[in-house]
Amino acid sequence: MTTLLHLAIALPLAGCITLALLPAPTGRRLAPTVGLVTSALTLLVVLAVVVVFDRGDAGRVQLLADVEWAPTLGLSWRLGVDGLSLPFVVLTALLVFSCLLYTVRIKPPGGRLRAFVALVLLLEVGMIGTFLALDLVLFFLFFEVVLIPMWFVIAWWGEPKDQPGRVAAANTFILYTLLGSAIMLVGFLYVGSQAGTFDMLELARRGGDGLSANVQLLAAIAIVGGLAVKVPLWPLHTWLPDAHAKAPTVGSVLLAGVLLKMGSYGLVRIAVPVVPDGVRQIAPVLGGLAAVGIVYGALACFAQRDLKRLVAYSSVGHMGFVVLGVATMTPAGLNGSVFAGLAHGLITGLLFFLAGAVKDRHGTSEFDELGGGMYARLPRLGALVTFAAIASLGLPGLAGFWGELLAIVGAFRPSAVLDRPYFLVLLTVAVIGAVLTALYLLVTVRRVCQGEDSIGPRLPVLGDVTRHEIASWGPLIALTVLLGLWPGLVLTLVDPVMQGVGL
Amino acid sequence: MSFVGAGTALIVALPFAASAAGLIYGKQRLIAQRIAVGGTGLALVLAIVVGITVWGGDIEITTWGTIPTGWVPIVIATRADPLSLTLAVMVAAVAFAVQVYSTSYMSRDPRYGSYAALVSLFTAAMLLVVLSDDLIVLLVGWEIMGICSALLIGHHWELPEARAAAVKAFVVTHLGDMGLLIGFLVLADLAGSFQVSVIATNVEPSTTLTVALVLVLCGVAGKSAQVPLHVWLPDAMAGPTPISALIHAATMVAAGVFLVGRLYDAYLLAPVAMAVLAVMAAVTMVFAALSALAQDDLKRVLAWSTTSQLAYMLGGLAVGGYSAGLFHLISHAAFKALLFLAAGAIAHAIGTTLLSRMGGLRTELRRTYWIMTIGLAALVGVPPLAGFFSKESVLSAAEDAAVHGGPLPGWAAWLVLIAGLLTVLLTAAYATRAWLLAFHGRPSEAGAHEPPPAMRLPLYGLSAATIGLGVLGFWLPGALDRGVRPDGVQLHWITAILSLLLLVGGVYAAYTTWLREAQRDPATSLGRAAPVFADGMHVDAIYEATVVRPVYTLARLVVAGDRYVIHPYVTGTGRVVRALGAVPQAAQRGKVQQYVTAVLVAVVVLALVGVAVR
Repeated sequence: MTTLLHLAIALPLAGCITLALLPAPTGRRLAPTVGLVTSALTLLVVLAVVVVFDRGDAGRVQLLADVEWAPTLGLSWRLGVDGLSLPFVVLTALLVFSCLLYTVRIKPPGGRLRAFVALVLLLEVGMIGTFLALDLVLFFLFFEVVLIPMWFVIAWWGEPKDQPGRVAAANTFILYTLLGSAIMLVGFLYVGSQAGTFDMLELARRGGDGLSANVQLLAAIAIVGGLAVKVPLWPLHTWLPDAHAKAPTVGSVLLAGVLLKMGSYGLVRIAVPVVPDGVRQIAPVLGGLAAVGIVYGALACFAQRDLKRLVAYSSVGHMGFVVLGVATMTPAGLNGSVFAGLAHGLITGLLFFLAGAVKDRHGTSEFDELGGGMYARLPRLGALVTFAAIASLGLPGLAGFWGELLAIVGAFRPSAVLDRPYFLVLLTVAVIGAVLTALYLLVTVRRVCQGEDSIGPRLPVLGDVTRHEIASWGPLIALTVLLGLWPGLVLTLVDPVMQGVGL
Repeated sequence: MSFVGAGTALIVALPFAASAAGLIYGKQRLIAQRIAVGGTGLALVLAIVVGITVWGGDIEITTWGTIPTGWVPIVIATRADPLSLTLAVMVAAVAFAVQVYSTSYMSRDPRYGSYAALVSLFTAAMLLVVLSDDLIVLLVGWEIMGICSALLIGHHWELPEARAAAVKAFVVTHLGDMGLLIGFLVLADLAGSFQVSVIATNVEPSTTLTVALVLVLCGVAGKSAQVPLHVWLPDAMAGPTPISALIHAATMVAAGVFLVGRLYDAYLLAPVAMAVLAVMAAVTMVFAALSALAQDDLKRVLAWSTTSQLAYMLGGLAVGGYSAGLFHLISHAAFKALLFLAAGAIAHAIGTTLLSRMGGLRTELRRTYWIMTIGLAALVGVPPLAGFFSKESVLSAAEDAAVHGGPLPGWAAWLVLIAGLLTVLLTAAYATRAWLLAFHGRPSEAGAHEPPPAMRLPLYGLSAATIGLGVLGFWLPGALDRGVRPDGVQLHWITAILSLLLLVGGVYAAYTTWLREAQRDPATSLGRAAPVFADGMHVDAIYEATVVRPVYTLARLVVAGDRYVIHPYVTGTGRVVRALGAVPQAAQRGKVQQYVTAVLVAVVVLALVGVAVR
């Protein structure tokens, strides 16, 4: 059964290598098919893991693979899946499949399709590996694998009209996140050297025992600080708007949908269980920055003039809820962090697909050039934009609500070791941010979808949403509704893990 | 699983399924109509059947599942008791009338399909609010209703006022809902459960409880359009008229009143929260009635009257008149749906709802005239119509609480009583004014025609309810009480006579002014106050200046801060770090590829070393 986990990593890697080895003409012709088949098989493998997984015992790590790799370096090939990692792995496999299905018909600007598909598959290797790794160094390796392909995706296939801009965005992205992961690695090595092991399960079992308060504090600052760049936590977010806005559709979807989650997953999986006392000491700062980020991200959205940038900035606010949940160090808050992260992956992924569709059809996603009246021009696309905006503002009954609710619950009753009145202030700030979020999203719908259609006659051939697009986005839409109506689907998996975490 | 349990779930599921099916088959008008009318109709029948089954029996709670949260779990449970099923019947009945009416009223609308599906979803959400036992599940219905109202108010999205009203409706109510959400958390913290049935028995009087219940009132003020969160409702009439009927009668605004009724056991333990509710209701009652006096749009008159009447219901609940407040909710649902659908009939006939463009319509729209007259008479409180009995029962409850004491401080009860009596006078005046301007005086439009059957039948049905509920008035609230509150509904002669005198005074004042002004708008005699009343006391302008504009200013500051402060600061730090290191020199020359390749190589080497060492 452990083979399933190895397969989930090996399949996309094999697809990537196959594409690299194929002779150029064949490779170019077959690239989309190879990508689609590989990601479909990976998704099937991941679904098989879901079937095999014992949901009644979600708190335990299952399908554990533990192979000594480089004992002298203290490195082990240690993989496993529990109720926390399973949803993220499913999300990743699903989003990559959606992206590659989308790519079959809608090619990214910039050609070189073979390289593009190969890099997306390489991304999948890193992303799935990150969520499965149970060894700190292994986690770091997978974490790093993602960076390079993403640099290429943004720099080569990004915004076609702005070559220097997209390269600059890609550079900013990689410099920020490399710096972040370097700091994180320092934290890992420090913990490993002090505790004598990189085994995440063992470290979590000890829960910081044997590590002095100062060691924990330093380690927590390094680990949380490094991961916070990836999340991103305000004020480390400035790489995000450019990277998301300049990336091609598929790149933005994977960036927002999965890459940011690697940061928040790391907080929940590593920082809180391994150095709980250290996280406790910095939790007020963490929560404060998160709450500021929620309001800040929402306010920034009011002033955006471009749909894609607006979606990018909205991530800052949403990820604020994710971090706020972590900072409360309670099962409810951590559940909320995980749920909000998953929901953000689905909903913002969908929003980036839609922003891409808008851009494909109009050649721009700037509000001034788009004008209004999308309901009249492209009714189905307009309806989907409305749906995604409503989901994004956290409407109860759709996936976006439950994570925010639980993060707020966490802030309402933070861990007993934290200062409750302070967290009640954060709660108030977060709630104001939620109202502002609703406002800017509805204003955006009003601006883009409603009103006079000023653009119609100028673009004669404008098809509405195609069947192929519906097929690519369908899983995201369906899951947004399903998780909204039955959040228990994920919470019954995550909650048993979180019951054992926190102080 | 019992019949009642399955039935209550189905009452919600039927319109929900109708909404999903309606979205799929929206393009085929006939099928969409059948789905919409059928789904709501079946829910109505089922609500009546289940209602009869549980009538007089115990409260029946059916649990469908539990969702862990890491804190207090969310329990998916439906609740069947006289309150929830009476309201379910009310909601389904009005929604059914609206769906039937819409098949004709919206027959030429190209977006009928999505419209009907949203009405079904709206109905399902309200039914979920009414039938859920868990506050978080209730909140789900509550918020879905909010977004449905926004989408339906914005149905005519070509019109700027409809677009603006849609955003306003959602955001203003959403603001209140944040208080509501936190209030729910505090309640769950006190009771250890989100379930109403547990909260009702588990809470004790405390400051925390008062705080929780006042926070809940934020949500109530938003949904039930009470001062200071009332601003969305008058604008909301930019939506199609049947939607106004739905929002003003059965869904949305009714939810706030219902919620206070649902948590009534807790409210009885918190006199301060009751006093807050009483003050809010008293202020809103008079404020909204004054605003209604000077409106030129018939729908706006009705919208302000809704705000004012909702305040009656909440005032009734605040003074301890549980059955009185809910009785007024039910009778108001009948006559307000009637009034809006009749206003729709006028709009259908002459293409406007502006009073200044009406006049003398009683000859051409005879049926509509009589229907409107019944509705307005019920609004004013003319016996023996439903409105008379329900309003009198509220006033009597206030008198009781003022004189004999109640669940709130005495001064607050007096406040409700005095405001209530004053509002009788104002209501009579504004209703008479609208009635005179629309149907009497010089005819101004020609060629008006009576509504077609699909629009007429719901009007007849609602007229019957408006008359009949008054007769039932002595029996229904008592039944509503069964097993919940033993107080029942009383009518006191003193308040009844006093309010009838005030009623006559209001009608007389409006009528004589109308005659004196040569059958023109009596509101002109208000002088300089008229434009202030017409603009709802300029509250919108105040909010614009104190809330909306500062938010946008702040937004511009944030973006500037991002560009000129945070980003340079962070990149600056990055540069310092890079300058310290040897490797990133390449990056400074812009050759990030080299750097990246180096990292990639390092990773691969590390992996190979690992394998080799092993």
